[in-house]
Order: sequence, then C-alpha cells, then structure tokens
Amino acid sequence: MKNESIKQKIGFGLLLAATLLVVIPVLFIIWLIISRGWSAISLEFLLTMPRDGMRAGGIFPAIVGTFCLVLTSIAFSLPIGVLAAIYLSEYAGDNILTRVINLAIINLSGVSSVVYGLFGLSLFVIFLKFGVSIISGALTLGIMTLPVIITTTREALRAVPKSYREVSLSLGATRWQTIRHSVLPSAISGILTGAILSIGRVAGETAPILFTVAAFYLPKLPHALSDQAMALPYHLYIVSTQIPNIPENYRYGTALVLVGLVLIMNIAAVIIRSKYRKKK
Amino acid sequence: MAKLRKLKEFLIEKLIFASGIASVVFVALIFIFLLREGISVFKDTSLGSFIGGRFWYPISDPPKLGILPLILGSLLVTAGAVVIAVPLGISAAFYIADVAPAKLRNILKSCVEILSAVPSVVLGFLGITILVPFLKHFLKLPTGLTALAGSIMLAFMALPTIISISEDAINAVPREYKEGALALGATHWQTLHRVIIHGAMPGIFAASMLGIGRVFGETMAVMMVTGNAAVIPTSLLQPVRTLTATIAAEMGEAAKGSPHYFALFAIGIVLFVISFAINLTADLFLNKGRKR
Repeated sequence: MKNESIKQKIGFGLLLAATLLVVIPVLFIIWLIISRGWSAISLEFLLTMPRDGMRAGGIFPAIVGTFCLVLTSIAFSLPIGVLAAIYLSEYAGDNILTRVINLAIINLSGVSSVVYGLFGLSLFVIFLKFGVSIISGALTLGIMTLPVIITTTREALRAVPKSYREVSLSLGATRWQTIRHSVLPSAISGILTGAILSIGRVAGETAPILFTVAAFYLPKLPHALSDQAMALPYHLYIVSTQIPNIPENYRYGTALVLVGLVLIMNIAAVIIRSKYRKKK
Repeated sequence: MAKLRKLKEFLIEKLIFASGIASVVFVALIFIFLLREGISVFKDTSLGSFIGGRFWYPISDPPKLGILPLILGSLLVTAGAVVIAVPLGISAAFYIADVAPAKLRNILKSCVEILSAVPSVVLGFLGITILVPFLKHFLKLPTGLTALAGSIMLAFMALPTIISISEDAINAVPREYKEGALALGATHWQTLHRVIIHGAMPGIFAASMLGIGRVFGETMAVMMVTGNAAVIPTSLLQPVRTLTATIAAEMGEAAKGSPHYFALFAIGIVLFVISFAINLTADLFLNKGRKR
C-alpha cells in the first residue's frame, strides 16, 4: 500500500512537471515582451509614421491598417456566421446536409493560414479584380474566422432553454419572431464572445494577408477599402526578419502592441463569458 | 400587412439557409480556386515528379519543381513537434482536469488560453531573438535556424489545442468509472492511468490529430526559425524548409503565370488535401468518443 502511494506521488509529480513546462514559458514570453517592449511605447511610437527605413518613428499606419482589416472582416463574417449558427441550431434536421455543413466548418477551421492567403489571392485579388487591398484581405480573414463565430454562437443558442421557444411559439409567434425576440437576446453574450475572439484572431494573423493586403512600407493612411495597407503582424514580421540594425526595443514594442491588442480582446471575451455563466 | 410579414419571414429564412450552407460553398471555392491556378503546373510536370522530385529549383531554366524535400521538411518538423507536444500536452491535460485544485486549475487554464491567443508571428519573433541564438550556443551549431527550433516553436503552438480538447475528453468520462475504481480501493493515480485514460482515449487521440493538423499548416513561426534550406533533411539540427514556408516566402517573387507560380498553388492543394484528411480523422474519433 505504501508502495502505491509513492507511485502516486511520483505520477502526480511528473504531471505537475509537464504542466509547469507548458505554463512557465508562457509567463516568460509575456514578461519578456512587456519588460523589453515597454520602453518603446510612447505617443510618438503609437501615433506617427515610421522613419529612417522603419528604424525609427512610430507604427501608426500599421495600427490603423489592422483596425481597418478587423472592422471590415467582422462586418462580413459576423452576420453570415450568426445566421449560419441560427440555421444549424434552430432549423437544421439530423440529415446528410447538416453533416456536410459540420464537416465543412471543421475543414474551414483546419485549413492552413497560408492556404487562405493563396485562396484570397486567387479569388479576390485576381479573379474578382479587387487587387491587393484591404477588402481582399478582410474577406479572406472573414472566411477564415467564420468557424469561430459559428461554433461559439451555436453553443450559445443551444444553451437557451427549450421552454423559451415553446412559450413564444404557443403565443402565436412565428419561428423567426421567436428567434429574433426570444432566443437571440438570451444568446447575445455568447455571440459577442465569438465576435471578440475572432477579432483577436484577425488582428494577429499574418499569412493570409501576405499576398492580399500587406504593404511593406507605406507611410500614409488608407483612404478606401481598395487601398493597400500596412498591418501590425506583417510589420512585426518585416522588422524582425527583413531589416537589420533596428533598435531591439522597437521590435519588442511592436510585438507588445500586437500582443496587448490580442490579449485585451481575449480577456474581454473571458469576462463576458464568466458574467454570462454567473447569470445562469 | 400579414402578407408583408409572411414575405419578410420567407426572405429571412432563405437568408438563414443561404448562410447555413455558406461554409460548404467556401470550402468548395477554396478548392476550386486553388485548382484553377495550381492545375497548370501539371502541363509540364507529372504528378509523380512533382510529389517525388528531389530538387526544388523553381527559378532555374528549365525549373525543377520537385517538392519531396519540402514534404520531408514538413514531416520532420511536425514529427519533432509531436514528440514534444503530445506527451506534454496529455500530461498537462490530466493534471489540469483531474489533479489540480480548483483555484490552480483556473490559473493554469488561463495560461493555456493566453498561449493559444499569442499570434504565430510573435512566437516566431521570440524564436529568432531568443530560441535560435540559444540553440546555436547551447548545441554549438553553425546556425540555430534548424528543424529543431521549428519543432520546439510548433510544439508550443499545438499545446493549447491538445490540452483543451484532451481536457474536455477527460471531463466527459462518466463519474461512475472513477467512483467505481476508487470504491474498489484503487488509488487516485491508479484510477487515472488505468481507468480514466481508457474512457478518454478517443478524445485524446482526436486532440493529438488536431494538434498535428495545426502544426502541419502553421506558417509564420516556422518560416522565421527553420532557416529555409530546400534540401532533403537528414537531421533535426539542420536548416529545413516546409511546404507552408515555401508558399509564404516565394509567392511574392514568383511571376504570375510562371511554372513557379503554378507550383506554389499546387503545394497549396497538397496542404488542403492533407488538412482535410487530418480533420476528418479527428472528427471521426471525436464523434466516437461522444457516442460511447
């Protein structure tokens, strides 16, 4: 018996060691980016154009470019994603079509990000003649984040009790009225979570925008959706691989702004989710 | 008035249906538009010499478009990542789901969520500034830009997927299994590694598959740390080039309509087909786990 309790101690010790091997590097990464990037952050860094071949000045156009991409892609993917989730949760039966749709969603979430880049280049940039532009990249990113929005919204809709629907239908409301006034309002926080998570994803992705939006160096702001733009993740890629002799804190500062943006989005999603759970 | 409302309802339901099948349409579009550009490479190169060709010299004259070194590069880096990430991820999932006290569990789970949120370009950036010089110094290599660096990087990107899905599978094991084993006098540890692990196996397998899928398709981090030498790799301590990195690095330079350009799209088709197969397998195992 004593033997067994020693075995248990060793076993749990190994599991704990493995967990620490995962968690400690994560904390180290966050600490590193903050401690080395903090000194670069200033109003000038956030709000001016890059200078001296991107070795000095700010990253303003990259921040603006990323915001444009995020807003445009979410405007495209949120309605489609939410409606698709409504279809799957409220209308779809247990048939072959539903299985094919589910398979397609799984597949969309598994396709390599660089393959999305090729697809965006082929369909939006070349075939539809949108050119290398914000709209091409935003549509590409929008399709890429559809699975996130669909799955989180679907979970939220499924969590709405059946009785809500039954009461509404028995009072004479139509199916759509029931969804619109009874089901959707109860699922709103789940939908928001999906939207925010997909914003974080859009803001951080590099490979899909390589050939569809990204400008290496463009010291002016985009004026229309058909303009090229700089973007934060691509800018980080450029300053960390393509340009020698950049002050280290400029690189870490760019990384900090990007990671900060993405993590704030994720924290927001977590807060909304936990509030929602408490209410239930 | 009632007629108008009926019309509105009809239109909205059509719109909902259209959005419902949009995912299917997009998957089909991705395949069609990759094929549209990629198929032309097979005018000059046979499928066998594309997949099995040992040399990738896309801009020599005539170009040699064999992607075998790239496939092997991807496989090597992926295999390295799997060896690191699967045992670590499954162990961490067991610790988080079944051993850790509730407060610690929440902290650990948030750390894993943070890791899954960090963009791959940021990990790649830390890879070249921290990991690559460290490997070069520590292993006394001519360069730290190696397959090993790529494997370590990718292992970290696969871990959140492996941990969170395995954890769900462990939590889904019926309580009676655990309680039955404990009641028979088994220790917590015996229960965990003789009973719970069997119930959670299909889910853990699916988690590993999805982790592999994530690793195989990952682009930016791997391109930044593996050194990008398109030769058939013989060791983890050499620079390699993956399928994904080849597309990302060369598409900007490939002249539109050249064999090189078509070949990069054909690589995209290969990646698409592989990710489809991996995700399909993972999904079959996930469903199997749920049905039991």
